[in-house]
Amino acid sequence: MANDVKIENLDQVAVRFSGDSGDGMQLAGNIFSTISATVGNSISTFPDYPADIRAPQGSLTGVSGFQVHIGAEKVYTPGDLCDVLVAMNAAALKTQYKYAKPNATIIIDTDSFQKGDLEKAQFATEDPLAEMGIDKDRVIACSITQMVKDCLADSGMDVKSILKCRNMFALGLVCYLFDRDLNIAFNFLKEKFAKKPGVAEANIKVIQAGYDFGANTHSSAANVYRIETKSKEPGRYMDITGNKATAYGLIAAAEKAGLRLYLGSYPITPATDVLHELSKHKSLGVTTVQCEDEIAGCASALGASFAGALAATSTSGPGICLKSEAMNLAVIMELPLVVIDVQRGGPATGLPTKSEQTDLLQVLFGRNGETPMPVIAATSPTDCFDSAYAACKMALEHMTPVVFMSDAYIANGSGAFKLPNLADYPAINPPYVPEEMKGTWTPYMRNSEDVRYWAVPGREGFTHILGGLEKDSKTGAISTNPENHDLMCRLRQSKIDKIPVPDVKVEGDADDADLLIVGFGGTYGHLHAAMDEMRAAGKKVALAHFTYINPLPKNTAAVLKKYKKVVVAEQNLGQFAAFLRMKVDGFVPAQYNEVKGQPFVVSELVEAFNKLISK
Amino acid sequence: MSEYTAKDYKKGQPRWCPGCGDHFFLASLHKAMAEIGVAPHDIAVISGIGCSSRLPHYMATYGMNTIHGRAAAIATGCKVSNPKLSVWQISGDGDGLAIGGNHFIHANRRNIDLKMILLNNRIYGLTKGQYSPTSPRGFVSKSSPYGTVEDPFRPAELCFGARGHFFARAVATDAPGTIEVLKAAHAHKGAAVCEILQNCVIFNNGTHESVYTSEGRKKNAIYLEHGKPMIFGENNEFGLMQDGFNIKVVKLGENGVTEKDLLVHDAHCQDNTLQLKLAMMEGPDFPIALGVIRDVEAPTYDEAVNAQIEEVKAAKKYHNFAELLETNDIWEVK
Repeated sequence: MANDVKIENLDQVAVRFSGDSGDGMQLAGNIFSTISATVGNSISTFPDYPADIRAPQGSLTGVSGFQVHIGAEKVYTPGDLCDVLVAMNAAALKTQYKYAKPNATIIIDTDSFQKGDLEKAQFATEDPLAEMGIDKDRVIACSITQMVKDCLADSGMDVKSILKCRNMFALGLVCYLFDRDLNIAFNFLKEKFAKKPGVAEANIKVIQAGYDFGANTHSSAANVYRIETKSKEPGRYMDITGNKATAYGLIAAAEKAGLRLYLGSYPITPATDVLHELSKHKSLGVTTVQCEDEIAGCASALGASFAGALAATSTSGPGICLKSEAMNLAVIMELPLVVIDVQRGGPATGLPTKSEQTDLLQVLFGRNGETPMPVIAATSPTDCFDSAYAACKMALEHMTPVVFMSDAYIANGSGAFKLPNLADYPAINPPYVPEEMKGTWTPYMRNSEDVRYWAVPGREGFTHILGGLEKDSKTGAISTNPENHDLMCRLRQSKIDKIPVPDVKVEGDADDADLLIVGFGGTYGHLHAAMDEMRAAGKKVALAHFTYINPLPKNTAAVLKKYKKVVVAEQNLGQFAAFLRMKVDGFVPAQYNEVKGQPFVVSELVEAFNKLISK
Repeated sequence: MSEYTAKDYKKGQPRWCPGCGDHFFLASLHKAMAEIGVAPHDIAVISGIGCSSRLPHYMATYGMNTIHGRAAAIATGCKVSNPKLSVWQISGDGDGLAIGGNHFIHANRRNIDLKMILLNNRIYGLTKGQYSPTSPRGFVSKSSPYGTVEDPFRPAELCFGARGHFFARAVATDAPGTIEVLKAAHAHKGAAVCEILQNCVIFNNGTHESVYTSEGRKKNAIYLEHGKPMIFGENNEFGLMQDGFNIKVVKLGENGVTEKDLLVHDAHCQDNTLQLKLAMMEGPDFPIALGVIRDVEAPTYDEAVNAQIEEVKAAKKYHNFAELLETNDIWEVK
């Protein structure tokens, strides 16, 4: 690099790629995060899709974004605000500038800032930068479209195909800014387009052109960033989204349990990628059935469970509403079932592509009768693997439906995933009915943990009927006896209460915190980052973040009551706080609630928590 | 010969009302099962909710008495994940065609190897007498005191409309006819709908009166048999002939009509046009068609799903979780 370039060494930096939903911003962001991860940086990504599939080109509603946060040490979130914003058109600049830091570098394609583009983006004047108060010194304005056309003029490609490569020019330029090794990107593209070498070649050519443009015109760049790799656990890694990690967790658990994996599902944003991922892996014996509706997705999974499979169904909040009757049937039939709820904004269709934690009370209580159901909430994209595995193990060993929760944010976001070794994971031993019980066995006999035995059809001597009507605890026959029903309700409850779950960890100033932050599920990264920032500023803060919601860890009450001030922070109007108050006598926390469909903003959390401490 | 007798499939004491069609059907099912000879522990009988959905409680097989309307969906997962099971789905007209209508048509469309028994008494019995989706227009019930103002489903029409490949019909009191139909359903690979016409003595007495006795069936029904000419009547004096786009009833010997002029039943014909016409016949002008009306071979969903798994296993190089991980872009941190 030239000497006159100002090189800034940073611990972490966030880049946001934004453009029209057809501009390939997700791919550009994805390649950039892979390159960064490959050189050992910590990564966290967040795709921000528009709700419309194909909004009019250049319109404000059609803007798609992809934020990549890279760090020398662990990064917990995709970052509140970005250091570099790529805006491929005027609408992207208009809608995405609010995610940029005040001193951020802005890259724009001037060819997409023409009069028509500005009108579509509802700019009032012909100078969008001035209109938005952006300092021109921070802007790398380049004629990306024209340069890409020139670059591929001799390729024989049609204009439409050529324009699809614009994202790669932006990527090349960003790679220059971060001093990234382009070979990693080249290899990525060669593999991605292995069947279309011409496309790979064109993309590679354009990335190089973008990089060269950056190198040749460095004076217009405000900064060049360098992110060193500091501490990192050695091992082999891959980039994984939460949904993919969820699918992998199910596959791993099925293999460990020696069972066929069955997924009954119905497409729904943002959970569909779990169905997509599992549908690919038939060579592992995975069976996926895309059903006629959400109801059948869950019902067919329950049928598969009865028949002896590890059965799961995947959905989002609106689907849970429809699945609740079969989930309830699973409770009374006491069959294993994993219900995956990738939460999105509600009620009803709500905000399909956005993220919330508003399904918690629904999955805990949204059924008729006394229907206790374990709930596990994954905390990050990579944690979806461990949590999905734990959900399968719990369902199979305790003969119960289990809800695995994630949300749009961690489901679509990604992180560096250290390849797991299945041998290190705990065994999964379903309570199959022992052969010696033949002749005396009835379906609701229980082991010491109050779990009934599993007799899979095909086994001679164990024919039986299960169903939605209350059964006698001893004979398994239909019973309306009042004492028996009371007993069965208590048994189904105690079976769940007896499930062992790990203690909740307290991170940070566990001994002497002035404020304990409490959260659950997908907000872990933001709450952790907020705690780190406050502790760096000298505050005494701790974090207790819950993965196991039902049953709650045994140390819950002790942890919650240990600190003078406790705040429960969640992306709803206080559902987890309400649940904790119900479960822990005398627990009266402060609350931080937000239902915006967007991830928390760390700086806002810090400000609110600081206020609480000083109160 | 089967090594089982009807007793091997029997369990418990049915609690339906005396005279209910379910009793007759259950007895025929036990006998049919014995003749079919699949071991009780390789059979799953899955029902929804309703009077007839109590049936799995009286079977010495594996069974599930599930939730209203979902039996076909639950049976689907059961069959697809464990294809060696013989899976029977038991539903009434409310369970199967109202709340479960969506699952009924999709199980037929996908052609899942389920034996789908539809016990049709044209009434909701368990909730004490409301009209069902098969009750005729104008039907007076507790929830339609002035008569319904809607047309009923005809199960065959729905099955054919959903691309069903097997449809048969029997009367609950006709044991030989019912057993024949159940055996044919078992022999058919794929979704096999058997409509069982049955009486509800309490809330819809006499609903299938014209064919409920053997005398009635002689007059008012025709037994269809593949490859046989369509003859019916107390003295086999009537037949069915094609008449342009329609079917007509003719009297043998009148206007020179002989047996050779009659339609010969073809249950295996891919095109379901005539089969549908037969299934839709009703009195008093036409006999009600009984027996196997349609029985056409087609690929089944459960076999195709499992065959595809085998194909992909042979084609792909990764077969366990550790190998799956290696299919990703991996980097190493040292």
